[in-house]
Amino acid sequence: MKLPTLREVGTEAKLLLIGIPVFIWTMIPIYHMFVFAISPKEDAFSGKLWPAHPTFHNFSIVFHEQHYFLRDFWIQFWNSTVIALAVGALTLFVATAAAFSISRLRVPGGRAVMNMALFTYFIPAAFLAVPMYRTMGTYGLLNNHWSLILAMVTIAAPYAIWVLKQASDKLPVELDEAATMDGATTLQLFRLVYVPLMMPSLVAVGTYAILLAWNEYLYAFLLLSKDTDITLPVALGNFLAADDSPWELLMTTGFIYALPPAAVYYAFKRYMVGGLTAGAVKS
Amino acid sequence: MAITLSASEAPSPPLSARLSPPQVWGIVLLAPYLLVFLAFVVYPVGYGLWLARQPASYVALYNDPIFARAAVNTLIFLVIGINIKMLIALFLSGFFAQQRPWIRWLSVIFILPWAVPSIPTILSVRFMLNPEWGVVNQLIFKFTGDDGPNWLNDPAVALAMAIGVHIWKSLPFWTLILLTGRLAISHDLYEASDVDGANWWQKFRYITWPSMQTLYITCTLLSMIWTLGDFNSVYLLTGGGPADLTHVLSTLGIRYLRLDQLSLAMASIVCAMPFVLPLVYFMMKRLSR
Repeated sequence: MKLPTLREVGTEAKLLLIGIPVFIWTMIPIYHMFVFAISPKEDAFSGKLWPAHPTFHNFSIVFHEQHYFLRDFWIQFWNSTVIALAVGALTLFVATAAAFSISRLRVPGGRAVMNMALFTYFIPAAFLAVPMYRTMGTYGLLNNHWSLILAMVTIAAPYAIWVLKQASDKLPVELDEAATMDGATTLQLFRLVYVPLMMPSLVAVGTYAILLAWNEYLYAFLLLSKDTDITLPVALGNFLAADDSPWELLMTTGFIYALPPAAVYYAFKRYMVGGLTAGAVKS
Repeated sequence: MAITLSASEAPSPPLSARLSPPQVWGIVLLAPYLLVFLAFVVYPVGYGLWLARQPASYVALYNDPIFARAAVNTLIFLVIGINIKMLIALFLSGFFAQQRPWIRWLSVIFILPWAVPSIPTILSVRFMLNPEWGVVNQLIFKFTGDDGPNWLNDPAVALAMAIGVHIWKSLPFWTLILLTGRLAISHDLYEASDVDGANWWQKFRYITWPSMQTLYITCTLLSMIWTLGDFNSVYLLTGGGPADLTHVLSTLGIRYLRLDQLSLAMASIVCAMPFVLPLVYFMMKRLSR
């Protein structure tokens, strides 16, 4: 075994000098949330770095809806899940069809549609929220889950179409020609050739849309208001309405709410990194 | 009868006959997105612009001190906040490019802020900064015996904290993007410069920066556009307070909306357009190539 030289030790020390602050900076808010989640009420407000009596009692309170703020926890969890899955499915349907049409069928005006979609992608979502709120009212969709689902599809679709178009432009044209020669109809081409080949990008885009919808606060908070209609993030925001909010329960609920997207993100990281970050900024 | 029919059809056959079957399918498959786009982008934006047509709303905006303050805050957020964030991301991308097992592990943890939803973590920071019960001031009291500052009650500090929360959330994403750019640079260049005895600054100045310049500037502009729409960092941390002094344009628009002043909300957004549209135009030229 070779002993490290002084120079190597020096480089390693310098790297650690960057790495340790990065680790602490990243973990502080998450660790703080976790400590609150496992602290009994008396410990939570004492400013300790580790609770004297760690407990999972808070989780039990949340799961059994034993607090005024938590009385609709499960239905809100259900709302979040259904809306996220619906947004994922609808975005996939709309975006795959559009990308196939623009990239493979070269439909007239496809390029213009792509540019309009990109334009939407760059309009900050908080700006679109103002007129969107009034429009949903006009359509009579306020306080209806469809308003949030359709709004999130509107926001997720442009980027989804763009990523899918980039990916499908890379598929060779000969593939379509060969399938057409064998007598495949356009729909068969779409179902049997295009969708299977695009699977990795489809997984990435579906995950992107689901996470976007699950994490959305602003639109959910504007478009839904009844306690049994709202999603989890809006319920978390509502905790702040009271002066004596049960922060340990708020942090516990937040922790539960943050777990599924983190798990999905890490499970699909392979696709997310390949499909999204590479496509996010083309230099 | 048959003759007249065919004669009238001859110059312009029906649409379906002029288009090949794949093109008909193309239109059918594009239709769902077009419907979404027309119903939820074109109509709302058109309606919003129509609402913002009266000069009176702009006069009202001009006379509202909160608007001026929000515009300044937005500029600070974008010009100072984003540039600090991107410089850190550029620096950290160099750190994460080092091939070490522990750095690989750290990069998995480092992405957490991006992977978890922002609401619970922002609320977590909000409580940390609570003047009485927050862990920050309790630690200050423990070590110095003095009461810590009332963090979120001072507009300058509160805005800085909101920028900090924004950086915490989006730094991993941009570091990752810049890291991909860095890893694409040929390793031979660095080896050759080692032979020539270049120091780290020269390597950065003459190899890394020239190859990453375009990516870095694109990322900075894109981050600025997106940060304009960052509602959560400010709203959930400060709520625009104290005394509506920490609003940015995105929270101000929603504030007017909640006060049922829709034309003011739209007017404040229209005021941001001279800055947004050039950036959007630039990004679209970039991405639609």
